[in-house]
Amino acid sequence: MLAYIAKRLLATIPVMALVAVFVFALLRLTPGDPAAIIAGSAATTQDVAAIRVKLGLDQPLVAQFLVWLGNMARGDFGESFFFKKTVASLVADRIEPTLMLSLTTMTLSIAIAVPLGVLAAYRQGTWIDRIVMGFSVLGFSVPVFVIGYLLIYVFAIELNWLPVQGYQSLRDGVAGCLLRLVLPSLTLSVIYVALIARITRTSVLEVLGEDYIRTARAKGLAERVVLTRHALRNAAVPIVTVIGIGVALLIGGVVVTESVFSIPGLGRLTVDAVLARDYPTVQAVILLFSFAYVLVNLLVDVSYTALDPRIGY
Amino acid sequence: MVGALILLVICSIGLAAPLLTPLDPGAIDPAFRNKVPGTEQTVRAADGTKTTVTHWMGTDSLGRDVYARVIYGARASLTVGIAVAAISVAIGLGIGLVAGYFRWVDAIVMRFMDGLMAIPAILLAIALVSLSSAGLAIVIVAIVVPEIPRVVRLVRSVVLSIREEPYVEAAIAVGTRTPLILVRHVLPNTVAPLIVQATYIAATAILIEAILSFLGVGIPPQTPTWGNIMAEGRTLFRVFPHNILYPGIFLALTVLAVNMLGDGLRDTLDPRMSKRL
Repeated sequence: MLAYIAKRLLATIPVMALVAVFVFALLRLTPGDPAAIIAGSAATTQDVAAIRVKLGLDQPLVAQFLVWLGNMARGDFGESFFFKKTVASLVADRIEPTLMLSLTTMTLSIAIAVPLGVLAAYRQGTWIDRIVMGFSVLGFSVPVFVIGYLLIYVFAIELNWLPVQGYQSLRDGVAGCLLRLVLPSLTLSVIYVALIARITRTSVLEVLGEDYIRTARAKGLAERVVLTRHALRNAAVPIVTVIGIGVALLIGGVVVTESVFSIPGLGRLTVDAVLARDYPTVQAVILLFSFAYVLVNLLVDVSYTALDPRIGY
Repeated sequence: MVGALILLVICSIGLAAPLLTPLDPGAIDPAFRNKVPGTEQTVRAADGTKTTVTHWMGTDSLGRDVYARVIYGARASLTVGIAVAAISVAIGLGIGLVAGYFRWVDAIVMRFMDGLMAIPAILLAIALVSLSSAGLAIVIVAIVVPEIPRVVRLVRSVVLSIREEPYVEAAIAVGTRTPLILVRHVLPNTVAPLIVQATYIAATAILIEAILSFLGVGIPPQTPTWGNIMAEGRTLFRVFPHNILYPGIFLALTVLAVNMLGDGLRDTLDPRMSKRL
């Protein structure tokens, strides 16, 4: 099994390298002088030249790339032009809200979607099934921010049950932090629930037709045990795969949700940095998110060995 | 089928936009800012005649009629959706056919696509738009790029399975040149799943365009798109929710219609796929 994990780890290295090349190339490939773009429209030629030297843009591309990689390996992500702080400290400040939001969303989504999917598969063709499937298509179609504003309107403005926006750090109180995260997590989890419920239903449906389910029932096992221990366990591989792929959607959704709910996280940082043309920050954040995505999928791959002993060599 | 119908209605609304409202979606009228839906306004034409105009969906913070903007917005959003779907399918088809058929190309291309897929689509789109001036063409390109790997994967999987078929082998034995084999024998097999995938891509494209505009990195506000209208209505949401509500409803309806269309197409064209998702 360790060999399998090592193999998967090695396979991710070329992907990460490619991502690094992409992100690096993004700035260099645009028409126009990168130094001029960074300097902005109000800069003099001396400023542009100074920036060019500071960023090492006068060196050959490969040298620049290697220097950039080397810097990152040492933890130096450069300095943000807009926020006047090192990118590393910017990211460190903002990572907690994003992590909390992502974690609560994923827990919520999986907790809601998997039982719903199993139920829909178990009661295939009935009104429960139709509702779940209908909801999942709807959840796919309505954009994140529309749901966000709808929830804000209903729960925060009309009913006044929950705070409208903002974020409270864990250090300042767990209850307050979680309360503020309810609406954003709900908003973000809708699309995730739609995705997971659908795949759960399909996968469990396939498994429910197998012989061992019939055997389990014939043995006299309670229906709940049959569904969880036998059906879900065997249906888990596609579900976990989709959860991994859905993390990309989650990241995209985090960007929007943080804007809607004014949560000072990495998503908002990305948008602010992009709007301010702050390239070091944009590069660092895209790299970070991509690595996180690759990492999550690596974890998913590794979890296959635990879920399905046939996989793994 | 219901999806197709809804889509048809929305398409025709977009196309017939100038006929549906006499108001100019760009006409700024500061005196009539932020009016509630249903407000009536008496307009005095140049020759002194008075006509009463009803703002069915209210006005936004610059006094523009939201109804007119939403209807014109249909054009922009639908254009983006269709254009992205068409372009990404065309490019993906080309790359996928070559990658699936020639093994050595396959290895390189798939590594490339894996790398591209590792970057979340919205982040990539945001970065691409930010690096050039905003505009319809740039937004379309920015949304096409993250969608290409999906199409390439699909085409490649079809090509891989078709490649071993007896009739392909026969064609090679007879001496058919490779491009002709690709076009005549392999390509027709990809059409059905591609059409289904194209509808899903269109739905995603409309959504991503709305998100881009909402975040401020999409199409500039002179051209109304549903995302634009919502972005401008953000600050006054608590007091005047109609700015966000109406475009949001239209957006959700359109994407829902496209998704339903895709599901219906998938059930008819490719029953095997319907079991997968």
